[in-house]
Amino acid sequence: MEPRQAPGRPTDVYFFATCVIDQFYPEAGLDAIRLLEREGVTVHFPADQTCCGQPAYTSGFHAEARQVARRQLDLFPEPWPVVVPSGSCAGMMKHHYPSFFAGEPEARKQAEALSGRIYEFTEFLVHVLGYEPKDASGPTKVVLHTSCSARREMGAHVTGRALLDKLDGVTVAQQDHEAECCGFGGTFALRHPEISAAMVRDKVAALKATGAEKVVSADCGCLMNILGHAAWQDRQEGRRQLSLPGEHIASFLLKRTGGSR
Amino acid sequence: MSRQPLHYIPTTGFRERSKAVVEDDFLQKSFRGAMDFLMAKRAAQFPDGNEFESLRRLGEQIRRNSLDKLPALLTQLEANLVRNGIQVHWAETPEEANRIILAICEKHGAKRMVKGKSMVSEEIEFNHAAEAAGVEAIETDMGEYILQLAGEKPSHIIMPAIHKTKAQIARLFEEKIPGVAYTEDVDALIQIGRRVLRQKFLEADIGLSGVNFAVAETGTLCLVENEGNGRLSTTVPKVHVAITGIEKVIEKLEHVPPLLSLLTRSATGQNITTYFNIISRPRQPGEKDGPEEVHLVLLDNGRTQPFADEELRQTLQCIRCGACMNHCPVYTHIGGHAYGTTYPGPIGEIISPHLLGLEATAALPSASSLCGACGDVCPVNIPIPDLLVRLRTEVYSEPCPDARLKGQGAGYSPWMTAIWRAWAAIYGHPALYRVYSWLASRLNWLTPARQAGWTSVRTPLTPAPRRLRDLLKEKR
Repeated sequence: MEPRQAPGRPTDVYFFATCVIDQFYPEAGLDAIRLLEREGVTVHFPADQTCCGQPAYTSGFHAEARQVARRQLDLFPEPWPVVVPSGSCAGMMKHHYPSFFAGEPEARKQAEALSGRIYEFTEFLVHVLGYEPKDASGPTKVVLHTSCSARREMGAHVTGRALLDKLDGVTVAQQDHEAECCGFGGTFALRHPEISAAMVRDKVAALKATGAEKVVSADCGCLMNILGHAAWQDRQEGRRQLSLPGEHIASFLLKRTGGSR
Repeated sequence: MSRQPLHYIPTTGFRERSKAVVEDDFLQKSFRGAMDFLMAKRAAQFPDGNEFESLRRLGEQIRRNSLDKLPALLTQLEANLVRNGIQVHWAETPEEANRIILAICEKHGAKRMVKGKSMVSEEIEFNHAAEAAGVEAIETDMGEYILQLAGEKPSHIIMPAIHKTKAQIARLFEEKIPGVAYTEDVDALIQIGRRVLRQKFLEADIGLSGVNFAVAETGTLCLVENEGNGRLSTTVPKVHVAITGIEKVIEKLEHVPPLLSLLTRSATGQNITTYFNIISRPRQPGEKDGPEEVHLVLLDNGRTQPFADEELRQTLQCIRCGACMNHCPVYTHIGGHAYGTTYPGPIGEIISPHLLGLEATAALPSASSLCGACGDVCPVNIPIPDLLVRLRTEVYSEPCPDARLKGQGAGYSPWMTAIWRAWAAIYGHPALYRVYSWLASRLNWLTPARQAGWTSVRTPLTPAPRRLRDLLKEKR
């Protein structure tokens, strides 16, 4: 994947939080915004944002997905970059929106213009801001999980890793079958629960086998799945403490580098 | 042996079969080990990502070109094959294909057939038809031979017996081949199989094979294999019948090398296979070997359905390397038999609905997390995840009388559709979304502890007590 540079260092960005972060992982979104602000960027949160439409799109309900996606097209009138703290949602908006609106000339034009401004969070930090985190905490070992669409559509495994590698106290563990899907896949987990369960079982085992203190990811969909399974295992086995804690990479970076101020 | 009943796997029951496999620790380990091995072999063949990318673009263009000109190329292929003395037959259905092959057997009084590996012959269930007609059809590919002894179907298109262990094969040989003692020595097992098969080659009246590429401009059939059984099946018996799908045609002989390179490197991680057969014509006067008669059966069996649709046509680019299954985490976890189709894995999920109809395959398009590993390794760049999404729209949409796909709407559920419409109504109206998400967060203690499909192995999904938009308001 070719790194993209925005023309000059932007002073303002839009933040598209995603429905999962807005409702399930709000701290991750807040930490991403704090980090951007600490780097001197003014962050705009369009209040009318809801969801990129991906859940319905991948489930095969395209009229419904389009109805939701169309509402997001009007949210970003200024020519600022749009930062998305989730690779799969960013991939949806960047790669699928233009062809998704192929039949509607006006929407298509908007989608194409928007597509070029979509940045996955870690991609934005590395390639646009040239962010150089200064580690302010003690030694720790973490493991990085990158979602499949973030990896394939946004190259986020490279940028996520680059950010972690800049933290002096952080050792990044290498898990077995790193690029293998965690088994989430949106409604796949619900339509084929047994297969999804086997996939997340293997993923959690590979992550735990590294001995890392936590899993860090730029995708909350995968985190819901991975952390949900790890916590379920803990419950099954009567453990009080989480055997595999985890958090969004934004929260991890913010904490490691001294918090919001 | 030909009296052995074959085990048919129904296409329904996907969920039950996959569940049984994922709960079997032994199978989990064995599939994982086999796929790791195949992935590593392929990776070693493509150390240079740019080389792979440019070669596969070329492969993609060759296959697209062939499909864009398909009717003309098939006409040209037929004319050139006939000119070379190869007889051409067209079959629309599996039944028709079986009738054609068995009529050739009958004409020659052929009762003993040796078969090179052919997935199309699996697709038409030829062995079953042959058995009913009193023709002994022996599989001569070692993996296929093992499965025929066991009465099973292939679980992989390249490595058909990949689900079988050494010990299982040792027991099978001991039980089914007279005078064979139990041994787990792989070389010894192969030798045992070969001795049986050598005799079958010598006795056979007719040989059947598949085709990897059918070249239109020269009327040439290309066959890729490793065991030499393909060469024997196509040269030793007096009659050779090849069978293939209509999409296997390519325009020019010069298109073969790039496709061959992509195929062998992607499939088995080989630079080149041990055998590459170029079949141009029957035995000519004065020649010492080769069949006296060569036939080609060209099968449609539903292929014209994706051909008629610009997007779905890409399905037919496939050169059957099997790399998509080797890299698929779903296939790795459930194996090939769970799919219940001749072609398993990602390619099976996108081709089977056309061969069998969406009623019989309704569970398959959704049996993917859309992780994209299949599309990444596909040597002819088939956008498998996009085609899966397209097929999902066809499965779940309301049945429509003039639908172009057989079985469209097979998975339609008014209830499911209503849920998505409600979702779209909420997420498509920011004000409604604000109310809904506010309620979900404030009433998060009402979230059910049991969530269908999710909580069987995960803690419940519970909305946070404050949404991001609430936290932002508090922050400012």
